[in-house]
Amino acid sequence: MDFSRSFALVAPELLLTATGLLLLLVAAWGGDKQARPIAILAVTALFGAGFLLVPGLHSGVEGVDTFAFGGLMAIDSFALFAKALIYLAAIGALVVAPAFFNSDAAGAERGLRAEFSVLVVFAVLGMSIMVSASDLLTLYLGLELNSLAAYVLASILRQDQRSAEAGLKYFVLGALASGILLYGMSLLYGFTGTTDFDGLRVALSGELSTGQLFGLIFVLAGLAFKVAAVPFHMWTPDVYEGAPTPVTAFFATAPKVAAVALTARVVFEVFGGQVAAWQQIVMFTALASIVFGALGAIGQDNLKRLLAYSSINNIGFILLGLAVANAAGASAMLVYLFIYVAMSLGSFVALLMLRGDDGDLFETFADIRGLAVTQPAIAWSLLFLMFSLAGIPPLLGFYSKFVVFQATVEAGLVAFAAIAIAASVIGAFYYIKFVKVMFFDDPVGVVTGKSGAAHWTVLFVTVVIISPLGYLLTPSLTDLADKAAAALFVAV
Amino acid sequence: MDGFPILTTMMLVPLAGAILCLFTGGGAARGIALGATLATFALGVLLWANFDIGGAQWQFTERADLFAGFSYALGIDGIALLLIMLTVFLMPICILASWDAIQKRVGEYMAAFLFMEVLMIGTFAAQDIFLFYVFFEAGLIPMYLIIGVWGGDNRIYASYKFFLYTLLGSVLMLIAMFWMVAEAGTSDIPTLMQYPFEAGPQTWLWLAFFASFAVKIPMWPLHTWLPDAHVQAPTAGSVILAGVLLKLGGYGFLRFSLPMFPQASADFAWLVLALSMIAVVYTSLVALVQQDMKKLIAYSSVAHMAIVMVGLFAFNVQGLEGAMVLMLSHGLVSGALFLCVGVIYDRLHTREIARYGGLSVNMPYYAIFFLLFTMASIGLPGTSGFVGEFLALAGIYQLSTFAALVCTTGIILGAGYMLYLYRRVAFGAQTNEDAAAMPDISPREWTMMVPVAAAVLWMGVYPESFIAPMRADIAALDAQLAAAAPAGDADLAAGTPRSEIANAVVYEGEGDH
Repeated sequence: MDFSRSFALVAPELLLTATGLLLLLVAAWGGDKQARPIAILAVTALFGAGFLLVPGLHSGVEGVDTFAFGGLMAIDSFALFAKALIYLAAIGALVVAPAFFNSDAAGAERGLRAEFSVLVVFAVLGMSIMVSASDLLTLYLGLELNSLAAYVLASILRQDQRSAEAGLKYFVLGALASGILLYGMSLLYGFTGTTDFDGLRVALSGELSTGQLFGLIFVLAGLAFKVAAVPFHMWTPDVYEGAPTPVTAFFATAPKVAAVALTARVVFEVFGGQVAAWQQIVMFTALASIVFGALGAIGQDNLKRLLAYSSINNIGFILLGLAVANAAGASAMLVYLFIYVAMSLGSFVALLMLRGDDGDLFETFADIRGLAVTQPAIAWSLLFLMFSLAGIPPLLGFYSKFVVFQATVEAGLVAFAAIAIAASVIGAFYYIKFVKVMFFDDPVGVVTGKSGAAHWTVLFVTVVIISPLGYLLTPSLTDLADKAAAALFVAV
Repeated sequence: MDGFPILTTMMLVPLAGAILCLFTGGGAARGIALGATLATFALGVLLWANFDIGGAQWQFTERADLFAGFSYALGIDGIALLLIMLTVFLMPICILASWDAIQKRVGEYMAAFLFMEVLMIGTFAAQDIFLFYVFFEAGLIPMYLIIGVWGGDNRIYASYKFFLYTLLGSVLMLIAMFWMVAEAGTSDIPTLMQYPFEAGPQTWLWLAFFASFAVKIPMWPLHTWLPDAHVQAPTAGSVILAGVLLKLGGYGFLRFSLPMFPQASADFAWLVLALSMIAVVYTSLVALVQQDMKKLIAYSSVAHMAIVMVGLFAFNVQGLEGAMVLMLSHGLVSGALFLCVGVIYDRLHTREIARYGGLSVNMPYYAIFFLLFTMASIGLPGTSGFVGEFLALAGIYQLSTFAALVCTTGIILGAGYMLYLYRRVAFGAQTNEDAAAMPDISPREWTMMVPVAAAVLWMGVYPESFIAPMRADIAALDAQLAAAAPAGDADLAAGTPRSEIANAVVYEGEGDH
């Protein structure tokens, strides 16, 4: 086994591991006073790891050359694309965190904690391993590394009841999901005798036995938990609402990318020979997520809960691209993921920037009434983000739906596309409610929107991406996504 | 003009204006907006002057592969040219109409209007089917804001209804577009217009497009968003809504439904005719009992657009030309009527008809303009309304005499509700003191009214100026439809034309003297 080649392939992960361990030591000895340098170092490390991805992303890598450690990991274009997205999302979530934790909004535990950035680095490392897994064991290793860090992140405000509750809920339901996934994996192993993705695909060709079918269903159910797709979505609103907002911004972006990418890898590489078996399951979860995500959001008054339902709705569209079950669909899914990350990161950052004169974050629709008068810049940014989430052209959110529906229709699934797009009109209702409250209603209360440069930068970048200018990105984005999607289908 | 991207420039000028307006407020924004719209109008005049009548079908074409999945392709034919002209002509008038009426958040208001102009020009000029959709759909955002922020008391309901109704209509069209592009292998509109789609898929493709355009135009029974949106929108919003946005529906039928699905269009002609006949009679009767001026004009719009629809589905040259002229005419006339309502609304802040009366005494000039537009709306010969309605009805007569009979009652009913409105507002005793004290129109309002009045008369007296640019395009469309056109019941027999022109003085020679 050529270890030096394998280590070269996982260089970004090595960098993150080394940084994570080092920062952990600094945190242990330096304490919370060192929180800021640690955060800066963590962001730098994520940037560095991102740069290591660039050559491969640019040229496109696929096939046997990408296998590391004897086929345990596959560092192909698909993994690189997902990693790049995960790192960017994590950087975005990290840079907006210090200002939040150092403000009154953090409550009794004011002050950024040293371990926050370390946990984010480890979570990202887990995701990085997840998306390049080509063995069930690597998959589980990455998933758990990510999840354990995430449980702690959710309850990082230890004295805040809602944060603690969110962490506990996340842990219990996440452990349940892991259990289901593990059970499915054990069934697959038991009925095929291998944990290697390629080996599994060969063993699963032909008629599925009952045991194998149960394995498939349990694995997909476990993954659906992780991506928060209906009917395994119920933890999402509670966790999103309870977790501190920077953490929610992180949860809504990076782990979503990782879980979706992992799901794509599993369905194409493990169940690539059984498309008929999984396609109907994924199609059902996709349509159910779109419809329930849209309906569930209508009654919400809490903005973070609403965005949680919006993320369920968006996951539905992403899974719709997956359910198309070809390279075009997978590419559309990746384009959607990129745009989705920009939109959710932007929305949560905008929410972070809205604070009342008592320092507390705005949480309900009543708080943001008349924002267009009191905070025009944030209001206009949110307007763009909301119309983009609703998929109204000329914002980039339209393009994400465009590619997914195009792939769906070209694959002949016209009826599903029609149902999904009709349901997106229901979703438009609550997105334009945002606009209505901010622009049509009269202002109440005071907004002390003194936000730091980090917030403004992230908001500005995301808004530029989702603005019509973002369409100029689409040729290169499509090119990268096509390369990444092609890598999934090399072996099939 | 070779190589100069005039269509892109026409979109960039208002876009730049919109961005400027967003960052300046108050008076400066008004000036910027007026300047930008006037500059765009000047470019429009240049566009028309350089349009080669009888030349290539698609002129001023531009193409750039900026995006993945679709391309930035622009180009216009005669039909698009006229609708773009209508847009750029009405825009400066809209800005003038909002000059004093809008006092809060002026910069944002003007930006929304200029952005709207960009999108409307883009919709008419787009030569890529997805680019068309982007512009078509994007218009929802500024209009939603215009109704919602600067609208009347019930603006929230109206803005939601407008947004969701039109969005639901359009999304199905998008699915149909994906299917067509996958089938034909191109998203280029001129190519798609020639592509022979099979009869089976044509049916549901036509229905998907119908869902969108029928809501937009709007056809009975999908028209209910229109009165709400019109009544709640500010004056200039109503002008743009009636003047241009409704025409997007008619343009859609001309550009997509008829040329791309001729067979399905013929199969569904009965549906369109039936809905239009109901619309003409029903909405005219509803208009007759309205107490709110804007609502009355909104319902009259539905009736007029129904006549446009029968003209479009008459499958002959008269009908198609009539529909186009009527669309242009209705854009001017209903826009002008909303301006007239706006003028007195600005003074008294009510749209209730009963609050006015006898305005011809204290506002004689206003009464003259109002009368002219009322007559044009009725379709009095000499005004633009007559040309459009006559041609459209002459067209439909050849297809179905019964439909022509029913739709013609619309003209009589139209005379009924418009004259009744005029009598209650302008004639009679001056029962309301505050209404009697209103001053006549200001110089700013003169500047708004005169160009529209001139255009209405021009189109009524010499319609050839407006028919000439689109004659070749209509003829091409008619030729495309000829194979599918349903048989008419009029059995017109062409007589032998006279050898000399109608008013020739025939020399009855008695021999040499």
